[in-house]
Amino acid sequence: MIDTVGKPRYFLRTMPSSVEATELRPGLKLLIDGQPYTVIERQFVKPGKGAAFTRTKMKNLLTGRNIESNIRSGEKIELADIEENPMSYLYKEGSDFVFMDQKSYEQITILADLIGDDWKWLKDNMIVHVMFWNARAIGVALPNFVELRVVSSEPGVKGDTSGGAQKPATLETGATINVPLFINEGELLRIDTRSGEYCERVKG
Amino acid sequence: MSERARIAGKKLRERARVNRTIRAFFDARDFLEIEAPIVVPSPGLELHLDAFAVEDRYLITSPEYQMKRLLAGGLDKIYSLGKVFRRKEAGAHHNPEFTMLEWYRAGADWTVVADDTEALVWQCARDLDVAHIGRCRLEPPWPRVSVAEACQRWGRVRVDGDEDVATLRSRIAAAGWRVAADGDWSDVFFGFFLDAVEPQLGQQQPTLVYDWPKPLAALARAKPGDARVVERFEVYAAGLELCNAFGELIDAAEQRRRLESDLAERRRRGLPAYPIDEKFLAALAEMRPSAGIALGVDRLAMLLVGASRISEVLAFADDEL
Repeated sequence: MIDTVGKPRYFLRTMPSSVEATELRPGLKLLIDGQPYTVIERQFVKPGKGAAFTRTKMKNLLTGRNIESNIRSGEKIELADIEENPMSYLYKEGSDFVFMDQKSYEQITILADLIGDDWKWLKDNMIVHVMFWNARAIGVALPNFVELRVVSSEPGVKGDTSGGAQKPATLETGATINVPLFINEGELLRIDTRSGEYCERVKG
Repeated sequence: MSERARIAGKKLRERARVNRTIRAFFDARDFLEIEAPIVVPSPGLELHLDAFAVEDRYLITSPEYQMKRLLAGGLDKIYSLGKVFRRKEAGAHHNPEFTMLEWYRAGADWTVVADDTEALVWQCARDLDVAHIGRCRLEPPWPRVSVAEACQRWGRVRVDGDEDVATLRSRIAAAGWRVAADGDWSDVFFGFFLDAVEPQLGQQQPTLVYDWPKPLAALARAKPGDARVVERFEVYAAGLELCNAFGELIDAAEQRRRLESDLAERRRRGLPAYPIDEKFLAALAEMRPSAGIALGVDRLAMLLVGASRISEVLAFADDEL
């Protein structure tokens, strides 16, 4: 008898293995030249005398590098076999990052290269989706917004409330971002992880 | 008036100014304005154009068949400024209904039309007091580059025009560009061209790209002395494809072969098989050597007002109706 304990989810999943160019949507995971990519944005393009294409901006999930590729309408693109498991971020070990599976309590380590700039928004015990490609952890899928506390920031100049003025602030993760002058130490901020920019102050 | 309405009003006024400049430009050069028919029995057979059907007729995707019949009838400088219609084309640079300017010169070659294009765009720009769009300087003369040179310079790919699709694919892949698993010569070429070449074109100055490969001949005639390419040019400016021009094919037998080949391919792909326009084919026999061009007026307005979406220069885009 074949032992399938621990592997059943691979048999139960019923995802299509490819999509058509016009079905491309942000967040979709593609396999291109053997590498996994996530779609960031797409646009309809069509040369006057040629076929319609979807100009697709994508991030390579292994290198973090963005590329743009034009995919012809009707062309089938293979989907990357990416599975996302909710895991909690535990701590940094050397330059790498340790996460724990919420159900099995199994711990895994993800190398710093694969985390890239996402470390800026990872705080201890935060639940994130760890992406597995062919059963190997390749990075995290962050929520679009995170809330992080300011641990240090110079006080803003009194009276200067003009719209554009900003100052640096260091967050509890160690990342530094630009914030409006009225932000104080200890305050909780809402941050857009896609742009890495301050959105608003959160009560709490 | 809301801020949005005020900005929209400004762009529509600028767009209207472009239309006035176009008419003044051609009137000053003794061109005759033609009101081309909109509803026709044959909308053209190009594989990548999909026409709206109206009872047993179609909305034009371009007025070119009728314009060429007028050339054959003896008119020598004509232009048309009006709406054309292409199904399924909607996006940042596309609207299914859009404004096309076409002009034709009998007895002239494509370089005269290229000079017209530079002069017209520059006149429109001056009338709006625009000399630069971002870092793109609009003043002519503009750089002119052949398709082969552009593909070599920006994509490191040799494109001759007489290679088969397998050769083209392997050259593109060897240069490190993604190649789709399937597709004909045109599909493979444009996948590469959009990835590698188009983003580089027209960033500093509008750029005229000429000598298109024979598989992309459309209604252009072969270049004398080099049968691998045709007399066709396009202008790219600040990320926009502005126009497409031909040294017109006036060999009726060759034109019939191309139309029949397109028709057969349409049937093979299950696309609508529009009728061949026999009156157009008959007229070719009477045509003198001519050059003509189709320029997207909405794109020109986008360029000159710095719009990133076509809807900014339309009173109503398709999805606002």
